[in-house]
Parts: sequence; structure tokens; C-alpha cells
Amino acid sequence: MLSLLLFQWRLEQASNFAPVVDRLFDFILWFSIISFLIIVFGMVLFTFKYWRKKIPENRTAYITGHTKLELGVAFFLLVVVMVIFYWGWVDYKAMKNPPHDAFEVNVIGRQWLWQFQYADGKMLTNELIVPKDKAVSLIMTSEDVLHSLYIPDFRIKQDVLPKSYTNLWFVANRAGEFPIFCAEYCGTAHSAMLGKVKVLEQDDFERWQMTGKLPVGKRTMDHGQGTMDQQPDVTVGEKISLADKGRGLFASKGCTACHSVTGAAGVGPAVNKIFGKEVELTDGKKTKVDENYIRQSVNEPQARIVKGYQPIMPTFKGQISEEEMNALIAYIKSLK
Amino acid sequence: MSGHAEVGNYLTHPKGLRSWLTTVDHKRIGLMYMATSMTFFFVGGIFALLIRLELMTPGLTLMSADTYNKFFTYHGAIMIFMFIIPIIPAALGNFFLPIMIGAKDVAFPRLNLASYYIFIAGAALSVWALMAHGADTGWTFYTPYSIRSNTSVVLITLGVFVMGFSSILTGLNFIVTVHKLRCPGMTFHRMPLFVWAIYATAIIQVLATPVIGITTLLLIMERLLKIGIFDPALGGDAVLFQHFFWFYSHPAVYIMILPGMGIISEVIPVFARKHIFGYKAIAYSSLAIAGISFLVWGHHMFVSGQSDLANMLFSVLTMFVAIPTAIKVFNWTATLYKGSISLKTPMLYALSFLFMFTIGGLTGLFLAALSVDVHLHDTYFVVAHFHYVMMGGTVMGLLAGLHYWWPKMFGKMVHEWSAKISWGLIFIGFNMTFFTQFFLGYLGMPRRYYDYPPEYAGLNMISTIGSWFLLAGFALMAFYFIRSLFLPGKAPANPWGGKTLEWQIASPPTEHNFPEIPTVTGKPYDYGVVKL
Repeated sequence: MLSLLLFQWRLEQASNFAPVVDRLFDFILWFSIISFLIIVFGMVLFTFKYWRKKIPENRTAYITGHTKLELGVAFFLLVVVMVIFYWGWVDYKAMKNPPHDAFEVNVIGRQWLWQFQYADGKMLTNELIVPKDKAVSLIMTSEDVLHSLYIPDFRIKQDVLPKSYTNLWFVANRAGEFPIFCAEYCGTAHSAMLGKVKVLEQDDFERWQMTGKLPVGKRTMDHGQGTMDQQPDVTVGEKISLADKGRGLFASKGCTACHSVTGAAGVGPAVNKIFGKEVELTDGKKTKVDENYIRQSVNEPQARIVKGYQPIMPTFKGQISEEEMNALIAYIKSLK
Repeated sequence: MSGHAEVGNYLTHPKGLRSWLTTVDHKRIGLMYMATSMTFFFVGGIFALLIRLELMTPGLTLMSADTYNKFFTYHGAIMIFMFIIPIIPAALGNFFLPIMIGAKDVAFPRLNLASYYIFIAGAALSVWALMAHGADTGWTFYTPYSIRSNTSVVLITLGVFVMGFSSILTGLNFIVTVHKLRCPGMTFHRMPLFVWAIYATAIIQVLATPVIGITTLLLIMERLLKIGIFDPALGGDAVLFQHFFWFYSHPAVYIMILPGMGIISEVIPVFARKHIFGYKAIAYSSLAIAGISFLVWGHHMFVSGQSDLANMLFSVLTMFVAIPTAIKVFNWTATLYKGSISLKTPMLYALSFLFMFTIGGLTGLFLAALSVDVHLHDTYFVVAHFHYVMMGGTVMGLLAGLHYWWPKMFGKMVHEWSAKISWGLIFIGFNMTFFTQFFLGYLGMPRRYYDYPPEYAGLNMISTIGSWFLLAGFALMAFYFIRSLFLPGKAPANPWGGKTLEWQIASPPTEHNFPEIPTVTGKPYDYGVVKL
């Protein structure tokens, strides 16, 4: 009966993480149900067995406790919660480490829509198109307040912050459409900040990337939104890739004056072959060059200076949009 | 105290409105807190009903999105800051803590009255804010939204800042009272468990509340003076606010629940005619919970972008909360064993507490497990969990306490069957309203949603219908409580057969509680026959 109920209420498992999260969910659920039933059974049994009408109030037992029993309960519970903790932590670690070859999409949240910016320059609003069975990594930021990108069928969620980047990754293993919610309260139209993930078979996805066309007439998992034969909101004419756009910006904003892209010495550090590496700073600390470090170096250049360089770079705060920042980072990542 | 002063009870002696407004009697101050907080419970409840009405069907049902966002903020802010934090410690605690340890009053009676007026001042500021431009930030005031919102955020947070002082002073008063004013023979291990719970709560109030004070001040400075603290656009850190906020607000959750647990520890032994099972374990687990409460705030932030290491530590520390909590639940249940159980209304509420708080506690395990929380965080699962702990726990404890101590406070008995019917409505209504929300949450419905996709419609409808049962139950309760005051007849001094000190004096008590300071020679729950 209970498992029937569970089956009935099972949310679709559409990503690599969904069965993993559900397995621990089910473990805690069964542990909870059993513990709850023991307590309620004890409560109901004692209430009926020792009803005031059966047991006179001056004929109750004098029991002040049972330390061994209490310690036993505490110890048993300690073991169970440590298992739950460790299990949750191991699964969570996997959720936080995207594979290196993941397909990257930049996400910008703003009141009240989602923008998805692809490496080839495509920009979609409220629609994320991804290939099936391939790791996809989202690099997310917000233009205004906090948001949180949540895909229930994938069991993933991550807050999206202004002025810094957070990540989320998944492997979608079912073709179809799945809702995206904003899960962090963000004002008037918070509950209307909806999107959807379209998961395409890999050849369909490749065709979409080349031609911008989605498979026509193919039945997909229906989530109340109909089939996916309508054209998505592709920014037509945006043929230039994100990294190419970044190359243009790198020149037009004047970065090339100080930062070489070939490894040659300059006033500032060369920016090729640095992404994902550790660099030593003037204060002796080390830092990893990631999206957040590049962003900070553009907006607050004095904050973390690489050892051996002078703090002389001017700030570019307020001069570079979120889209442009994503392009610059994509360009720096592409420099080998 | 002269014999003459003992003629009337505390309600009628001295007489006059002025004597109430300037009273330093802990019982009167407790009642004034109770009247104020119950009024806020009523107002917060109206907003809850309006929220549920709006959510009854998808899309626009009753109000605009902006109005809805304000209403859930009012519901949360009023219920948290003006009802559930003060109601048990400041109302019932004020009334019964001194009596239960055999004292004539709290250690600083004037400070006690000052706390009340500070509370009123803070509440007035918040109410003013709601009437000015309202607030639409949620009771959590997360930045940078709260920096940019064009509502009265400054006023309402100023109100929270001021009310914080009331909480600190009450806590301080209780700590000193417990240490200095216990009557002869009242050792720490002879104190009723309600006193232990209020004592543990008071420690949290004194240590944690200053942090919310600082946080709201920083928020106000940022809004008024544009100093970049929390808004990244001004060079601040949005997540820092969450750390500050939860550093208070997580311990605050235990400010809310511990006193409720204290009441359950009083009611169960009396109505089972049994010595409490594991007195010391229950007493010290209150302190243990208070201690751990300071180290787990980060579990509200597993998907906020805080580091993985922080997430791991907060997850493991949170798991430890389960142990003292489970010991309490186990011990309350074990207390029933071989007792003689009477299901009068206070006991019904105490058993409902066990039922619903166990669900609330166990669903906390889901949220403490990192990977599962990623899915459930900020969904209705959290809303359901929170209400099972706060309403299924604290409010059930409060109602157990109100019914248990009503004869002592007012010298009147309530109509038992009206109370039982009201209990039934509340029990059904509560579970209908909130159990459905666990499913909504697992199925992915985020919280603070004005509108929702059609697949969530059925469960939302059931939840809304449940809220009407709650309304009916509470309306009946208000009716029979008020009616009881006008009934003829007088409650006996000890209608339930309690062994703690408040039952050994008149109902209602005289102005100075005891004709002479008592001497305690035994334990508070000395029921049972040694050799049966």
C-alpha cells in the first residue's frame, strides 16, 4: 500500500542524479516511517493498556528511567544519522564536480527570466537545449538579486548570485521537456520565472547546433507544454561564437596592451594556458584561476595580484555586461 | 507581605487599569504578553488563511502577486517575531517560572515590565511598517532583494531590532531568577522540566539575539547610507547576510521549540500519573540542544554557494541535533508505560505534539542530508517540515500548556467537550494543511510561489481546505476560553493532580504567590508505587 503510494508520487527521474538522490531519500523515508510507527504504536498501546478506567491513578509503577536503554537508543540513532550524513556527503560531492569535458552553457538570471548563452554565440531565453547522455555544466550568475536554478526532474538546484559565479552540472538521460523553476524568492514575478530544459537525442542536438532547427513532429515527454515542434527563441544572426566575441572584446577594451595571449612577457600576466591553473599571489597565497577569479580581476584588479606584477590595472567595473563577461571568460578558457 | 495583601487574588488585587499597566507582578506581565501575542497570532493566522485562499487554485484567485508577497511576509514576520518567540517564555514562562521554583517574582520585576513595553514599541514599529509601505521580502530579509525592495524594510527591521532587546532582557531576567531565587530545597535537579527548558531558552536568547540586532542595523545602514555590506552592487557580499541572519535565526528556532518541549514534560507525567522517564536526560538534552543550536546555522545555506567543506561540517553537526531530540521523544513515550492515562484536553495536545513533532523531527533528516537537501531546499517540503515542528510542536505544546494552566491562571475550567471537538478540528485541519505540502515539496513546488503549474492543483486544494478546519477549531477555542471566564463556579487549586509548586497554591494565585516561601523536599514528578 505504502510502496504503491510512493510509486504514485515518484517524480520523474530524468538525470544521472535523480536515482541517486531518490535512493537516499527512500532510505531516510523508510527509516522515518518505521521510527514514527514505533513511537505512535507505543503511544497508542500504552494509552489503551493503561487507560485511567483500567488502572487506578494510585496504582502506577515507579520508574524513573533506564540509562542503558536511553544510551542504546542514542547510540543506535547516532549510527543511523552518521550513515545518512556520509551517504549524503558522498553523493553531494559527485554533484559538485563536473567532468572536464562537460558541455558548458552560461546562465544569466534576471528579474524575471533566464538567459542561456552557448559557446557558439546562440542565446536562448527561458529555454535550455541540451544533448541527452552528455555532461552539461552550467556557469551561472545573476544581474540583480538572488535567484536559484532548480530542475526538479533532475534533482538539482543551485543559488545564482550577482557578481560571482556558481555551477551546476548534470547528465540528462531522458529526451523530453522538463520545467525549470526559480527557487530563491526574487520579487513580484518570482513564481513566473519559469523555463524548461529540452533534452534532445545527440544527433538532433548536433543538427540544432548546426542549423538552429529542432526535430519536427517528434513526440516527446509531455509536460503540459505540448510537443517541441515550434522554433525556440534563438538569437538569429548571432553566428559568432562566444570565444570569438571575447577575442574582439579583449582587443577593443584594451586588454591586449598589457596581457599577452601567447605567453610573452608584458605589464600584466599572460592570459593563455592559465585557466584552471593555480597562481601565486603577492601575499604568498595561492589561488585557482576560475570564472570568479577572472571576473574579480576585471572588476577589482587590485584584490588579488599575481606575484611579480604591480597593482596598476584600472577597474572595468560597470563597463562590461554579463554577456560580455561570459564571452571574455570563454575566450580566456579557449587560449591554449 | 502583610496578611491584608493576601485577601484578593492577583487578578482583582489591586484593581484598575492603571494598576495593570504599571504592574511589576510577573503574573500580570505574563498575561499582558499573552493577550498581545495571541492577538498577533490571530492577525498572523488571518494572513495564513488568505495565503491559502490565494493558493487554492493556480493563477489569480484573490489577490495580485505583489499583495501575496506582502501577505506571506506579514504572516512569517508576525508569527515568528511577535507570536512564537515571546508566547511561551514571556507569557507562560513569566507566569509560571517563578512559582515553579517557589519565588515571589522574577529577579528584576521592573526590568520585566520594561521588557514588555520594549516589545510593544518594537511591535508597534513593525505594525507601522506594515501599514506604511508594507514589506515584501519574506521574514528572512535576504539581501540584495531587501536592499532594493521599495517597501518599508527599514521600519520593520527596526521593529525586529527593538523587539530583540525585549527578548534579551527577558532571558537575562530568567537566568538570574533561576540561579538566585529558588526556594529552600529547590536544587537544580528538583526543578520542573519546564523551568529547565525556559532556562536553556533564556541562554540562547541572551547569546544569539544580539546577532540579529547587529544584522538588522547593518541592513538599515546599507539601505539608508548606501554602505556596501551585503549588496554586491555596492561591493558587499549577499551570502554574508545569510550567515549573520541564520546565526541568530537557527538558534531562534530552538527559542521557539524548547519551551514547548518543556510543557510536554510537565503535562505527560501528570496525566499519566507517572514519574517522568529519564529526568536528567530530558533536562540536559535541553542544554545540549541549546549548545548545538549555535553550530548548525549553515544548514540553511547548502545551495547558497558556501564552500563544500562548510556544507560537510554543517551537515554532520546538524545530524547531532537528532540525538537529544530523539531521547526526549523516546522518554516521553516511555513515561506512558505502566501509567494511568487520562485523555483530558492538555494530554490530547501533548500526545498530538508527540505525533506531529516526530514527523517534523524525522523530516529534518531529509533536509540535513546534503544530496537530498539539494532537491528539497526552498520547496514546500521545507514549509511542511517547519510547520510540523513549529505548529505541530510549539503550538501544540502551547495549547497543552494553555489548557493545563488555564484553571490556575483564571480560576475557571473550560468546557471539556468543546475543547475536545476543537482539538479534533485542529488535529485534522493541521495534518490536511501541512502533510500535503511534503508531497508538493518532493514533487518540486518551490516555496513563496504566488502561482504554480496545474499538476500541483489537487494537493494545494486539499491543503487550503485543511486551513478552514484550523480556522473552525481555533474559533471554537477562542469562544470556549472566553466563555469560561464568565461561567459561575471556581476551579479547584489542583484539578489535574499536579505535584509541582504552582498546584499547591490557590487558583488563581494571590499577589505574592505563596503565603510564605515554601521548602521543597522531593522531586517534581513523584508519582507511582515503588513495589507494585
